[in-house]
Amino acid sequence: MVDRNDGDMPRRAPFLRVPKYFGQLGHFGQLGRSRAAPNVHADQRRPNAAGVQHMLQTSPAAQSASTRIAPAASSDVAIDLSNVTRRFVTPDGKAMTALRDFTMTVARGEFACVVGPTGCGKSTTLNLITGLAPPTAGEVRVMGQPVSGIRPDIGFVFQTDALFPWRSVLDNVAAGPMYRGASRKQAYEKARDWLNRVGLSRFEKHYPHQLSGGMRKRVALAQTFINEPKILLMDEPFSALDIQTRTLMQDELLRLWEDSGASVVFVTHDLEEAVALADKVYVLTAGPATVKSVYHIDLPRPRVMEDIRYDPKFVEIARVIWEDLKQEVHIGQKRTLEFGH
Amino acid sequence: MNTQIDAAAVGATPPSNEAALANAAQIRARRRHSFVITMRIVILVAVLGLWELGARFGVIDPFFFASPSGIFDQIWIWMTEGTSQGPLWQQIAVTLEETILGFLIGAVGGVFFGILLGRNKLLADIFSVYIKVANSIPRVVLGSIFIIALGLGMASKVALAVVMVFFVVFANAFQGVREADRAMIANAQILGASRSQITRTVIIPSAMSWILASLHVSFGFALVGAVVGEFLGAKKGVGLMISTAQGTFNANGVFAAMVILAVLALVVEFIITLVEKRLVKWRPQPLSETA
Repeated sequence: MVDRNDGDMPRRAPFLRVPKYFGQLGHFGQLGRSRAAPNVHADQRRPNAAGVQHMLQTSPAAQSASTRIAPAASSDVAIDLSNVTRRFVTPDGKAMTALRDFTMTVARGEFACVVGPTGCGKSTTLNLITGLAPPTAGEVRVMGQPVSGIRPDIGFVFQTDALFPWRSVLDNVAAGPMYRGASRKQAYEKARDWLNRVGLSRFEKHYPHQLSGGMRKRVALAQTFINEPKILLMDEPFSALDIQTRTLMQDELLRLWEDSGASVVFVTHDLEEAVALADKVYVLTAGPATVKSVYHIDLPRPRVMEDIRYDPKFVEIARVIWEDLKQEVHIGQKRTLEFGH
Repeated sequence: MNTQIDAAAVGATPPSNEAALANAAQIRARRRHSFVITMRIVILVAVLGLWELGARFGVIDPFFFASPSGIFDQIWIWMTEGTSQGPLWQQIAVTLEETILGFLIGAVGGVFFGILLGRNKLLADIFSVYIKVANSIPRVVLGSIFIIALGLGMASKVALAVVMVFFVVFANAFQGVREADRAMIANAQILGASRSQITRTVIIPSAMSWILASLHVSFGFALVGAVVGEFLGAKKGVGLMISTAQGTFNANGVFAAMVILAVLALVVEFIITLVEKRLVKWRPQPLSETA
């Protein structure tokens, strides 16, 4: 049941090494969380090693998982953040910690989602990977190399509309290859191919403002995928879309991703979106954010977004993770009301 | 059952209704447009007519306030017989040349330095004080300096027009660069753009609306610079015509020159609007209210 993904080697999650967490500042996940759903196994950070072991041994799913808990070969790891802390100084001179002791590993071809309460520092994880925000402490490695500057094999889909409004759809999609020195002819050829893949061939002469929100996101996806990124970072890309369009776009994304073999880090505040899309879900604590727990989602692929949210297995997984996330949301909410930020 | 009825009801809304609606809206829009035009003409005729009548019947003293017919006569004389310093077209050409040269130099300089300082925080921090100081000086006064330094020829007027235009365009270009969308810049950066590519393909296009807005205003400033420069001392130009008319207590002459300048400004404004429409054709057209 859990191992349905086993034939699917490149996409399988290399399980986080449990012992790695023990030495770290224990985070206090709720105890007594041994009734994990059969198809969710959480590597939870807690000071109590026995608790984790116990949990792993109670569920048959976890048992098979424990056999897989072995240090992943480093060549399999696409993104590796270890004990990263990110502090910055606000314009009024106060130091803020966005991320504290953050550890995350994403394998090649793996789809990881990061969920957490609003404003906890989720997006900071992405900026660390792009190199736009250097870590204050800890190390960020992408494809085995420490991050220094923007890597050419990274793609980024933004929450807000980051298309160039003065360029036609075709010119927007062709931007990546043109920036990278391709000739206009080559770039257009490639852009037309990608527009075809996202179903927008008829709209290549349109300007972004003439398209609907969903179509603009399609353009953004084509614009990102045309560079054939090995690392794909997404910052709540579909949060501004209505729910129906969002479902369609999620399907579109999974289809494009499955063809590309890229490793994805997808930040969202929508837990159902995370569970539906991901191989692995990271739950963050209310800011300063650190990893609260990691869940492996064993729903079979290919997944159909329109139906998956009514799958009982999906519902159960989402419920279990929500129990975990709920507390952080409450803490975050309370803090917002108390301090106004 | 219910849904069927609803569907039928919706389907039954005759398409002719929609067409009629659109038709009615078009007719209303056309009527409104012709009403606006008519009212404009009525106001123009009323103002000019009252002015003329006032001048004829002694309510307004035409010696000080001129009269429409007098202004028209003056323009006609200038057109047919030329002005005291040569043919009219020559005066206009000189003023226009000074204005356009000053406008171009000032605008290009303003855009260049606006983008340079907008993109470079350190330079901006160093120079911002001086720019504020320079901007607060009443720059028309510099006209006297330019005439002393550059003589009565074209150079002094161009210099004054440049100074008038530069700061307006600079401030707008600078602000436009600062307002460029962060996400868009980050997007270009991740897509592989170098710093200069970002400036060319993201910063300049997004500052363009700001820059174009400033060009509308600053052409008027360039004209003011050129005319004031001629006023202070020149051998040719519309400004000199004004100062000559002033010297002979010829109110009609002053107004006539003003009319000529206004026509020049309107023509150039029209050309700038055309250029702007071409440059920012990507911008959404506002939906018309009646449509």
